[in-house]
Amino acid sequence: MNRVPILCGALAVSHDPASHESALEEANDNLDPPEPEILPLDAWHRARGARMVPFAGYWMPVQYDGIIAEHLWTREQAGLFDVSHMGQLAVSGDGAAAALEALLPGDISALKPGRQRYSLLLDETGGILDDLMVTNRGDYFYVVVNGATKWDDIAHLREHLPDEITLNHLDEHGLLALQGPKAAAALAALGLVPAFPGMPEVTALKFMQAAAYHWGDVPLGVSRSGYTGEDGYEISVRAADIAALADALCAQPQVRPIGLGARDSLRLEAGLPLYGHDLTPETDPVSAGLAFAISKRRRAEGGFMGSEAVLAALASGTPTLRIGLALEGRQAAREGALVYAGAQEVGRVTSGGFSPSLNHPIAMAFVTAAHAADGTALEIDVRGKRLPARVVPMPFVPHRYFR
Amino acid sequence: MTTYYTKDHEWIAVDGNTGTVGITDYAQSQLGDITFVELPPEGSAVKQGDAPCVVDSVKAASDVYAPVSGTVSDVNDALADAPELVNTDAESGGWLFRVTLADAGELGALMDRAAYDDYVKGL
Repeated sequence: MNRVPILCGALAVSHDPASHESALEEANDNLDPPEPEILPLDAWHRARGARMVPFAGYWMPVQYDGIIAEHLWTREQAGLFDVSHMGQLAVSGDGAAAALEALLPGDISALKPGRQRYSLLLDETGGILDDLMVTNRGDYFYVVVNGATKWDDIAHLREHLPDEITLNHLDEHGLLALQGPKAAAALAALGLVPAFPGMPEVTALKFMQAAAYHWGDVPLGVSRSGYTGEDGYEISVRAADIAALADALCAQPQVRPIGLGARDSLRLEAGLPLYGHDLTPETDPVSAGLAFAISKRRRAEGGFMGSEAVLAALASGTPTLRIGLALEGRQAAREGALVYAGAQEVGRVTSGGFSPSLNHPIAMAFVTAAHAADGTALEIDVRGKRLPARVVPMPFVPHRYFR
Repeated sequence: MTTYYTKDHEWIAVDGNTGTVGITDYAQSQLGDITFVELPPEGSAVKQGDAPCVVDSVKAASDVYAPVSGTVSDVNDALADAPELVNTDAESGGWLFRVTLADAGELGALMDRAAYDDYVKGL
C-alpha cells in the first residue's frame, strides 16, 4: 500500500502520509474525483514556488524548498504554515460550556477567558471522532477542528448541541501558524496592539493562552500554540487580510513559508498524533495516550458522550497503547507496517518517517500493553525485512513551549 | 553509450551488455528529499517491469522499476551513507544499480531523451 510507482507528481500526493484522507475516501475519489477547493492563500503559495497537492479537499502547499530544509528552518528560526483548511467554529449561547461538556471530556466550565485547551470529540463508545482545540473567547467558545473531519464534526455538533446553542462556522477566516524559536520576535515586529485593555502583549502570552489583537485595522485572534513542539502562535485572520499578513510575516528575516510535508515530520517528532492516522473512531483516548485531556472533575462525574467506555478504560487499562519507536539505520517504517516481538505480531505503525532533526527514522505505533514499556526491543516488518526498533518516550524531540 | 528512459521515470545508460539504472532528475524533484535507498542484491535476477529497488523520501516510499530484464551486477554503495546523491546527481553519481542485459531487444520499448522530455512536458 505504501509503495507507489515513480509515476508523475501524483505519486507524491496520493500516498502522502500527511494526508487525512481515509482509504474509503480515496476509493470514492477514484470513482468521482471532486475538484479540490481553493483556499485564500492559494495564489500566494504558488507565487512562492510551492508544490500544491489536494489535501482534505483543498489545494495545499506540500513543500517549497524541500521538506528537510523547511523542517530544520522551523526548528531553528520560524516557519509560517497555512492551515486555513482547518475548521474554525464558534459555539455560543447560555450554557455553551455545559453543552460542550456533554460532547467533550474536558473541563470546559473551568476554562477561563483567554485560555485554550486540547480536547476530543468522542462517539458513544468512546471512539475518537476528532481532536480539537477549544478557546474561551469571553463571549463564546472558539473551536478549531481538523480540515478533513470538519463537515462531519459540524454535523455531529448540530445534531447533539441543544437548540439554544448557536454554532457558527467561521469560514470567512483563514488560519496561519507561526512556529519556531524566532516566532515571538517575528510576530512582535508586526506591532500588534491588544484589542482590550489588560490583555497581554503577544510576547507575554503563555502556551495555551489566547487574546485578540489589532494589526493596524485588521483584527486577529492569536493563541500561543501549535503542532510542531516549538514555541509559536496560531493566528486567525479574515480571509481578505490573510495574504497581507502572510507577506508581513515573511518579510521578517526569520520567517519562511513551510509546507504540509514538514508540518507532518515536525508533529511526528513532537509526538503529536495526527487524526485519521494515529487517531480514528477505532481508537480511544486512553490507549491513544490522551488521558490528560480527560480532566479530573470529568473523570469523577462522567456525563460526556462515550464516558462509560472511557472511564472503564481509565480504571482497567487498555489492551493496546500508542507508543513511540526509534529505528536504527535509515530505512523508515510507514503507516500500516506490522510490529513484532519475535514471531508474535504485537501492533501496527500508525505514522512513521525519517526524522530530519534526529537523522534516523521514527514511528508511532499501537502495540499490546505488554510490549509498550520504554526500552522494549521490537521489530517492524517493512517489505518483508525486519527492522529493529526500540520503544522510546515521546516526544522524540523535546517540546520548547513558552510557559 | 546510449541512454534510454521509461514512462516511470527511470533511465538506463547502456554500454555493451551492461546497463546502469537510475531515476531521472524529474523523478527526484517530484519525490523530494531522499533519505534511504533499498538496493537489489547483487547477482539477483530482475525482469523488465519488476520493482527491485525502492527509494524512500521523507514523505513516502516509491518503487523503482527495472527498465530491462537481466542480472544485477553492481549496486551504488555510496547511497548507503549518502542517499541524497539521488537528489543532487540523479542522472549520474546517483545511479542505483547495474544490470547485465538479458535481452537488448527490450530497449526498443523505451524512449530516447527527446521523447522523454516531451513526455514530461505533457504531464
